[in-house]
Amino acid sequence: MVTTTAELAEDEDGRARFDALIAADQRIEPRDWMPDKYRRTLVRQISQHAHSEIIGMQPEANWITRAPSLKRKAILMAKVQDEAGHGLYLYAAAQTLGISREEMTAQLIEGRARYSSIFNYHTPTWADMGAIGWLVDGAAICNQVPLCRASYGPYGRAMVRICKEESFHQRQGFEILYELSHGTPEQKQMAQDAVDRWYWPSLMMFGPSDDASPNSAQSMAWNIKRFSNDELRQRFVGMCVPQFEALGLECPDKDLRYDEETGTWITGEIDWDEFAAVLDGRGPANAARLRHRREAHDDGAWVREAAAEYARKQHDSERVAV
Amino acid sequence: MPTPGETGTEAWPLWEVFVRANRGLSHVHAGSLHAPDEAMALRNARDLYTRRSEGVSIWVVPAAAITTSDPDAKGAFFESPAGKNYRHAVYYTRAEGVKHL
Repeated sequence: MVTTTAELAEDEDGRARFDALIAADQRIEPRDWMPDKYRRTLVRQISQHAHSEIIGMQPEANWITRAPSLKRKAILMAKVQDEAGHGLYLYAAAQTLGISREEMTAQLIEGRARYSSIFNYHTPTWADMGAIGWLVDGAAICNQVPLCRASYGPYGRAMVRICKEESFHQRQGFEILYELSHGTPEQKQMAQDAVDRWYWPSLMMFGPSDDASPNSAQSMAWNIKRFSNDELRQRFVGMCVPQFEALGLECPDKDLRYDEETGTWITGEIDWDEFAAVLDGRGPANAARLRHRREAHDDGAWVREAAAEYARKQHDSERVAV
Repeated sequence: MPTPGETGTEAWPLWEVFVRANRGLSHVHAGSLHAPDEAMALRNARDLYTRRSEGVSIWVVPAAAITTSDPDAKGAFFESPAGKNYRHAVYYTRAEGVKHL
């Protein structure tokens, strides 16, 4: 393809407009000109985020049939339904950048896409539902609130909707842990064990430390990302400290300390080897999560085809009737 | 030009969803979804966008049926407001101090 002078000039105009919008902290909308790399970064980030919501249904779905009461079961179903909804909002936002839903689904089930490493851990006890709500959703909220102001309009709008719903998730998790930690000694121990399992992986959800996160600077320059990984992680830890006290549970990080000078919390050493391994597919449940998603997709194929065929027939018979 | 996101190649078409939050308000764009036909689009929209009684009425429209303005033609399509401030009440100053104007 030959690029004409007119096309080049148009690109330059587009870039100037894009740069001006970003400099003014305005939103970019789907049909605006945008640099290829901005588009690719967003497609990757938004689709990974959507996949995380979809895969994230599995660890909790594990407990729907065994929730300790009807009320807890209804709450858990509502929460898992929300996660599905969040995935769909995000897929729709990614689609406005030109990628199809089918392509994103294919990337996920063929193992070509990533999703948050946190969902590759098992949920052996009911207390894990509490720890996921409190810590995992809590960390997600810390990450997601600044994303409501992401420069790409459809992403920001999806995040606003998600954040509104997410606060119920965190509170219900906290309440599960609170009930357990104020129950029998065995129940309290169960809560502590779950928190011990989920605390460190939750801290890893913020991503590698700033000096090992090469793409962060560009994302911040584009106003996609507003705070660095370490800043958000510290903010989260700071919020958890009094919450541990309210729960009467121990923080598993024995080296955690408050730095008076900088006013921040300094965590103990995070096991980045574990993070890399889980991200690389070697976590406790990576294979099971993907297999389940792939099976659900394959098992649902006839439903999707039948529904499309039914719609086509209805449409055709309407045309005949007229 | 349909709304962004519609490729025309997927098994189920894309629908745009508009929700009326309350009586007396307009339907406002809430988002989009895939569905095989209008009946399923309405049901999916209800489940996806009104789980917390966010609406009393829903419209679904095939994304392909929507015509959008071309953002690249911005300057030509949207008339320049420059020099047209006489369309706004504040342009007129003689009525200052006069009541009910």
